[in-house]
Formats: sequence, structure tokens, C-alpha cells
Amino acid sequence: MSLNSSKQIKSSLPSLLKSPTGIPGLDEITGGGLPKGRPTLICGGTGCGKTLFSIEFIVRGAIEFNEPGVFMAFEEKTEELAANVASLGFDLDQLQKDERIKLDYVHIDRNEIEETGEYDLEGLFIRLGYAIDSIGAKRVVLDTIENLFANLNNEGILRSEIRRLFNWLKEKGVTTIITGEKGEGTLTRNGLEEYVSDCVILLDHRINNQISTRLLRIVKYRGSAHGTNEYPFLIDEDGLSVLPVTSLTLDHAVTTERISSGIPSLDKMLEGKGFYRGSSILVSGTAGTGKTSIAGSFAQATCQRGERCIYFAFEESPNQIVRNMRSIGFDLQVHIDAGLLQFHASRPTLNGLEMHLVTIHKLIREFKPQVVVVDPITNLITVGSISEVRSMLMRLIDFLQAEQITVVFTALSMNTVVGEQTDEGVSSLVDAWLLVRDIESNGERNRGMYIMKSRGMKHSNQVREFVITNEGLELVDVYLGAEGVLIGSAREAQQLQEATGVALRDHAVTRKDREVERKRLVLESKIASLREEFESVQEELNKAFVDEELRQAIMERNREQIIRNRHNDQ
Amino acid sequence: MHAVMNEEKDIWELRLYIAGKTAKSVTALANLKRYCEEHLKDRYVIEVIDLLTKPQLAAGDQILAVPTLVKKVPEPIRKIIGDLSNEEKVLVGLDIRSTKK
Repeated sequence: MSLNSSKQIKSSLPSLLKSPTGIPGLDEITGGGLPKGRPTLICGGTGCGKTLFSIEFIVRGAIEFNEPGVFMAFEEKTEELAANVASLGFDLDQLQKDERIKLDYVHIDRNEIEETGEYDLEGLFIRLGYAIDSIGAKRVVLDTIENLFANLNNEGILRSEIRRLFNWLKEKGVTTIITGEKGEGTLTRNGLEEYVSDCVILLDHRINNQISTRLLRIVKYRGSAHGTNEYPFLIDEDGLSVLPVTSLTLDHAVTTERISSGIPSLDKMLEGKGFYRGSSILVSGTAGTGKTSIAGSFAQATCQRGERCIYFAFEESPNQIVRNMRSIGFDLQVHIDAGLLQFHASRPTLNGLEMHLVTIHKLIREFKPQVVVVDPITNLITVGSISEVRSMLMRLIDFLQAEQITVVFTALSMNTVVGEQTDEGVSSLVDAWLLVRDIESNGERNRGMYIMKSRGMKHSNQVREFVITNEGLELVDVYLGAEGVLIGSAREAQQLQEATGVALRDHAVTRKDREVERKRLVLESKIASLREEFESVQEELNKAFVDEELRQAIMERNREQIIRNRHNDQ
Repeated sequence: MHAVMNEEKDIWELRLYIAGKTAKSVTALANLKRYCEEHLKDRYVIEVIDLLTKPQLAAGDQILAVPTLVKKVPEPIRKIIGDLSNEEKVLVGLDIRSTKK
């Protein structure tokens, strides 16, 4: 997404040079950074992160982009500032020693100052100019110049001098951030936005239902296309990170690679191959139907393939999940130790939805998993409305699909009427939707599972009984009998009954076989005796015939003898 | 030494920061000299610092506006910005009135 969206935003003409901030996400929204060599106004209420934003701009500029910077502080002393950002790993003192940045604290105390007559702010110009020249600065922050208004009375002079200052900074070609406190109905208390015409960024810190969300909006960016939404941002130990809210296009690459769900019989329902890599899968069901077990099985299968998986748990602690998964034969601890599996457990109310999203983004970018599990999404509803949760999940899915990461959501259905439940409305967003439901009959409760949808593949339309065993999860064909669908012990009884039937039938068949055999034997012996009778008759007949021949031969011989004898007498 | 004596012998160390010889800085210097001659005869030192030639000195005395008159001694430190055209304000700022009474 990062590449795609920035490509989309970036204008084709290289007219406006930009100075990258190095703040993750911001350069994508602005299409490359703040306008180079021009002033940018960062405004917002107290504690919205203006100073941090600007110090990060300076520090990252010095470290990552080799652009030294001057930070002119009108509010905080330089030591305070250095201490405040030390927690972010910015060593301002060292950077100052290396002459990569320069901090200058401008102290104005109304009590020591008397104004008489005409003056100008040339002193400030000289001071700033000296600081810029001494380290060859390319970046300047004035935090916050409005302090002058509080301490100097002659507003006319101030306004004209500030206008002159900004022009002077432009001429010097330094990229400048000017911070300003938000005023009543105006962007800044003293109307600084009048003088900064190039880029204005508004930071906001909003509390909604006791949940705080930091938001950033680019109010104006002359000469450049930019994202116009309110983008949530996060301040944590690495500084700021901004999250582009929606990817602008739906053009992410897809793959036909399949990955196993970890449940062989479920894979079988999906053409025997499992889910598409990079798809989003929703497992929804009522309480106690084994949603987490399915998610755990998916995580297990991922890690067994040697891929990385990150598990966002919003309901149970990691230890609890590991223990529970062990009871069904999945040892997740091994994968955690091997660094393949990472748990991130937090209460949904820890922060706002946007913050959750930013955290998820950040962890995913760091850990680079192939599979993400969010268990369950239903709990997020406690910190936002359904439409907010939906839009957050949509953005999450967008992001994950662009990164080719497979995601499994689990969702708790509140009502048992299947089909009416919308599951935070994400069911239309996901690629595959498994539904696990309770089937109560004959005084027992069983789990049935079916695939509501699975985009881009043939899938079984059968309701399967979902059985959790010590060795894992299994889907069993339900019994379809004359009395309808049988599950649980009814199914088992039916199966037993069938087995009995088979045994009985087998027995009967054997008896019949033996009888036939006996009959055959009897008949065969009959045949033998008949044959023998026939042979004796035949022999009798043959014998008579031979006797006759013999007699005739003898008579012939006798006659010949007689003839011969008579001739001898002649 | 007595406090009264001390007060009498206080030397006003004044620094006037300017940025080049502009009309404002010339006016300011002229005004300052006039007030000092009038109220602090022989008890003042004026140091004029041109920031165009010594820009590094601007940060030390927290100079933003020019011209700025800084009174380092006697304490407390006071700054008077502008061309010093309002005599009343300058004298109050320099604590001159209070020492005279």
C-alpha cells in the first residue's frame, strides 16, 4: 500500500521539491514530505504533539537525510527539551556537539521588558541567521513563535516582522516548521495561518467516550496533491507514526497459493487445499463454539510451516491462550520461543480504534508476519460504533491484503439466528466466512460448522460437525438419516446401530453360504453316483458288444479253418 | 560601606544592541545619551553592540528586538526595547527615578 498510495498521490510534475520528514506514514500522505525551502505551519491544541512533531522533523532530518537543523524554542528550555525527547532515543546533546542540530532557547520575560517607541525584530533574524549559518542548516523549527504575542505589546510591529521573517526564511531556502496553538475558531491563536500559505497541518487530540485518539489533517498544501482525510497517528517510544487511513485503490496483487487452515478436514472442504494466501477469513459463532481454537489451529499450522504469525488477543491473555491451546494438542509456547509467534494482548479500551489500528500496523511492519489473527473483533465495538469498527477493519484488511498477509478474524455472534447476523458488517469484506454454531438437540449441545462463503474456490456446502479433541480439531460428516441431520451422540448412536446391522447381516450371509455349500456337496455326490451308474451300464453294453464281436471272430476263424481243411483234402 | 554610599556610587552599565546604523538605532543612542547626561552624569557606561558584526552575542542577552537597551548593573536586569523615545518609560526601566528620591 505504501508504495501504491504514494505513487498515486505524487504528482507527475517534479515542480515542488519536498523535504522528507522521516515520520512513518506522513511522507506517504504528503507525497514526499513538507515543501522544501518553505514554511509549514503545524497547529493544534495543547499536548497534541506539535513540539514532538517538529523535533522529530529536525532530528530525523539531521540523522536520516543529512540536513542539519535549527530548533528555536520559545517555550521550553533546551535542557528540558533534550530531556523530554531522550525517551524517544533522540540524543540532542550529542547531535548538538556534532553540529548537526542547534537548539536555541529564546527567553522573553514580560517583566524585564519595557517597550518604548519603534523597534523591529532584527535581533531575532540575526540570531536565527547566525544559528543557521553556523551549522549550514537546511531545516528550521520555530516553536512556538506565538509566544512573542504574549510578551510584546506592539502587535502591528510583530505582525509585519513575522511576515518579514517568513519571507526571509524562504529566501534563505530553509524548510521551516512553525508551530501554533489552536485558537477559538481559528487555526492558531494569533492568525499565523495568514502568513504561512504553503502548507498547514492540523494536529488534534480527540477524546471520544473517554478514549483518546490523535489525528492529523493536512489543511492545505499548496502546489501538491495530498491526502485530505484525518489520519490517526501514534506517539510511542519510536516517535510519531501516521497511518494513511484508506488505501486509495483496490489494485493489490493476489496469489493463487493456498495455505492450510491446520484442520485437514476443513481444508478438504475447500477443494482439499485450504485458504488463499493473503485472504481474509472470518470465523464467527456464538460463545464457546471454538472460534479461538480455530484461530489457534491456524496459528499453529502457520508456525509449523516455519512462517511467522502475530496474534492480537483482545479477550484473553497470551498465557491463557497458550494453556488452553495445549489442552487440544497445540503447543504454541514452542513457537513463541522460536520467535515465530508473537502475541499482542490488550484490552480494546486501552485506546481508540485508530490507535489500535496504528499499533497493529506498526507491529506488523516490525514483525513481518505471514498470518495475522485478531481475536475477537467483537470486543472492539466497546470503543467505537459499528460503522467505525467496520471502517477500521476495512482499512486493516486493505493493508494486509496489500502486504499479502492472511488474516483470521474471530467474531462473536450475539444472536443465534444465522444469516441475520452481520458480524460488525465485515462479512462482506472478508474472502472466506466460516460459521460455527451451536446445534442443540436431544438434550445436548454440539457444534456445527459450515462455510458461508469462500471467494474464488469451490467449497463444500455441507454442515459438518465440529469436534474438539485432545489431538486437535476435526470436522466430522454429520449423519443424514430419515429423521434429519444427526449430530453428537445421536450421530454416534446411529453409527453404532449401523455397525450392528452390518454385523447381523454378515452373520446371516454366512449361514446362507454354508447351506448353499452343503446343497452343492449333496448334489455333487448325487452327480457322482449317477455318473458311476452310467459307467456300469455303459460297460455292460460294451461287454455284450465285445462278446458278439468275439463270437463272430471265432466263428469266422472256425469257418476259415473248415474251408482250409476241406481244400487240403483235395 | 554604607548602603546609601553604595547607591550613590553605583555605575550604570548599559548595553545598547543595534543592527547597523539605522534611523531607529541612531535615535535610540541619541536619546539614551541625553537621558544619561541628564540623570546619571559620570555614573554610566554605554557599550554599543552592533549585531551585524557580532551576531553571536544576540543569544547571550536574549536579544530579539533591536534596538534593545540592557541594564546589567545595578540589578535587576532590565531590557528596554525600541528607540527610547518615551523618556518616562526609559527612566522607570532604568530605575533612575527610584534612586533619585
